[in-house]
Amino acid sequence: MKHPYAITLDVGTSRKNLTGSWRTLRPEYVDRLPPCNNACPAGEDIQGWLSHAESGGYEAAWRALTANNPLPAIMGRVCYHPCENACNRASIDETVGINSVERFLGDLAIEKGWQFALPATESGKKVLVVGAGPAGLSAAYHLRRLGHWVTLREAGPLAGGMMRFGIPKYRLPRNIIDAEVARITAMGVALELNSKVGDIEKAMVDGPFDAAFLAVGAHIAKRAYIPAAGAAKVLDAVQLLRSMEGEAPPLLGRKVVVYGGGNTAIDVARTARRLGAQEAIIVYRRTREKMPAHDFEVEEALEEGVSMKWLSTIKNIDGGTMQIEKMALDEKGFPQPTGEFETLEADSLVLALGQDVDLSLLNNVPGIVIENGVVKVGPDMMTGRAGVFAGGDMAPSERTVTVAVGHGKKAARFIDGYLRGQPYVPAPRHGLASFDRLNSWYYEDAPATVRPMLEAARRVQSFAEVQGGLDETNALYEARRCLSCGNCFECDNCYGVCPDNAVIKLGAGNRFRIDYDYCKGCGLCAAECPCGAIEMVAEAI
Amino acid sequence: MNEMQKLKFYQKGTLTVGNRLVDEASRNVQASLDRSNSLTCGHRACQGCGEALGARYAIDAAMRASNRNLIAVNATGCLEVFTTPYPETSWQMPWMHSLFGNAAAVATGVAAAMRVTGKPATRVVAQGGDGGTTDIGFGCLSGMFERNDDVLYICYDNEGYMNTGVQRSSATPPTARTATTPPLGKETGNVFGTGKFVPKIAVAHEIPYVATASVADLHDLEAKITKAMSMHGARYIQINVPCPLGWGAASHDTIRLARLAIETGLFPIFEAEHGRITHVRKIRSQVPVVEYLKLQRRFAHLFKGGVEDPRVARMQAIADRHIAEYGLLEPVAGAA
Repeated sequence: MKHPYAITLDVGTSRKNLTGSWRTLRPEYVDRLPPCNNACPAGEDIQGWLSHAESGGYEAAWRALTANNPLPAIMGRVCYHPCENACNRASIDETVGINSVERFLGDLAIEKGWQFALPATESGKKVLVVGAGPAGLSAAYHLRRLGHWVTLREAGPLAGGMMRFGIPKYRLPRNIIDAEVARITAMGVALELNSKVGDIEKAMVDGPFDAAFLAVGAHIAKRAYIPAAGAAKVLDAVQLLRSMEGEAPPLLGRKVVVYGGGNTAIDVARTARRLGAQEAIIVYRRTREKMPAHDFEVEEALEEGVSMKWLSTIKNIDGGTMQIEKMALDEKGFPQPTGEFETLEADSLVLALGQDVDLSLLNNVPGIVIENGVVKVGPDMMTGRAGVFAGGDMAPSERTVTVAVGHGKKAARFIDGYLRGQPYVPAPRHGLASFDRLNSWYYEDAPATVRPMLEAARRVQSFAEVQGGLDETNALYEARRCLSCGNCFECDNCYGVCPDNAVIKLGAGNRFRIDYDYCKGCGLCAAECPCGAIEMVAEAI
Repeated sequence: MNEMQKLKFYQKGTLTVGNRLVDEASRNVQASLDRSNSLTCGHRACQGCGEALGARYAIDAAMRASNRNLIAVNATGCLEVFTTPYPETSWQMPWMHSLFGNAAAVATGVAAAMRVTGKPATRVVAQGGDGGTTDIGFGCLSGMFERNDDVLYICYDNEGYMNTGVQRSSATPPTARTATTPPLGKETGNVFGTGKFVPKIAVAHEIPYVATASVADLHDLEAKITKAMSMHGARYIQINVPCPLGWGAASHDTIRLARLAIETGLFPIFEAEHGRITHVRKIRSQVPVVEYLKLQRRFAHLFKGGVEDPRVARMQAIADRHIAEYGLLEPVAGAA
């Protein structure tokens, strides 16, 4: 049809005018890696499970959580939550209480009796897992999920490893460990207690097993040479904490000195107070700032009346008298002796100087490399012996429950790839969703919920759990504090703020689509996206 | 759950357009799949146009409030030009245009026609820019107010005649550069002490409802349109709609600028009924006017050579006066 002068379109709607041709930048929806997920040693999709919890879908949240970590009730108590240290919400008010919501979900699962799904298909492959600590339990769980037959062999009388024989009850009640272990064995994992594996090669042949994952932990206390005379009572931390699981509590006396500056030293001192020691003194050669123990644990110990002696080493012990040498930090931050001495009276001394790994099961295994007392593993967690993988405290790493759980998961995936003959290739990671990518205007101020703590005076009277949990109302509130950094949470902002109606809403759960026929590329959707899930990309012109 | 938690129940989505945790019925019109999109795609507004956005926000809300039984009368201006270059239209509703200055009078006539033809359920809105409202159409507007005609008049205030090439209007702020207030000579840009704030004049007419709103606060805007539509008689809403072209700002900063206009105190958000102010939207986190001015090239001459012009302080004084006059700040706890 011929148009009159200055007329380009027929009578009708402006929708014929495809304004998308004006565009030089195009908005694209992206998913970025939230800092919490990035920081989690267990590789949890924290934001993913929080988003279920936000709408009250606690079982869905728990299932999403346990896709990566089978021990949420344990982790919700003992994890040092690096996720919270990374949380972007700290730049607005306070970090999201991820750990407390995790514990809420874990406890709820135990209360409701939720169980793990059984694998859909069986692979027919058999895997031996040595050590029922966090790494071994995690590996057994993930391997079973992937359809393999798992035998979990534990030297001790009960499952849990250092979670049971190292972490005191007031931080981790034992019924929690029992419940979460039972859920894993209910999947068909064969748990064999009091079964120390002395020779891994022989055990593999006897099985026979197609692969093995070793996670025997570090249970041998490091000793320091302290000249002792008289009837000095000297124990080590591993021995002490382990004996707490036995029938007769150890006798420590009224005044206990703990030597060391890690979390174990704190655990020992706090345990000593609960056993009735009037004084528990931690002697450490460096300063509080240099102490490897976590700050909040030091704080809780101080509240309970534990005292600290910084910049001090124990030179010798004679009966109930210790000679302490004062130290000074040199310019590099290392403690140096000063030649100044003092004495300290005590009924017993507990050494908490770190732990070594019993590697005897690897004697005579070809290809194994031991470095600094731990087994060398590749990026796939495999040792030098094909088919034998290792993780947890016996592999080089930070020794925490969370890291161990992460090792178990990672090893399980590589073992699965090894057994199927198709090496596992981890998915590429998204770019980080940093705070500067967010539009924080849209987040309402909402201070964190504080978990109830047992009063200090009551704490030292028993081994009752120190930190309380959240209930449903405040757990929901806490979950809703999540900013959903880097991933669309369907707030409709892009759909609303487009002056050109060029954002198409696809309905609940399906997010949005840009209508590039009309999008002029103004960038308002990207600028007003709260969580930084839209990026402006240059058009090829 | 304590009170504080109840209030901030949707920490992630209290201020966004929608929120998956809120039931459908309580969400904004703009969050719904079936919003009327009264002003649809293909219009020729610039990238990031605040007026196109404000008009869809307002008219969609009015459409919902009237059960889609609505007629719009449009003054001449950007909104008319970019939506209806003959013979096409972006309006998915009955819409008419007459002259620059008579939208209020035409709307009065349409409302009368609906009444006498027995269609009282058909509601009427008139809309125009600040030029067509505060300058050219002001006589007709004042007449519509004093007769208390049953029309909701919506003014999209972008602080100038943007359609004809960015000339000064009586809503242009002091010091702003326009084609008719160039940054030349001693007193560069628009002068202090001129212009008018029509919402106050509307309040003085003691009409049933007057409000100001902003494209930066959709919840507030939709609530005000809905409230206005629940009433009869003359009603007036002025919406702050940043203009990337006329203000010399980035197209992605439209909503940010509207937000800063509120948070500095330069554009007070309030509502009034029958001549009395009944509600004021408080500033959430106060910002100095510099942050608002620096994003716009129409104020660039105030920061020439890295030196801040003393008139910036006078702009701040205007914001401070608004804050005091309307009580825009939450009282500080413990202060007298």
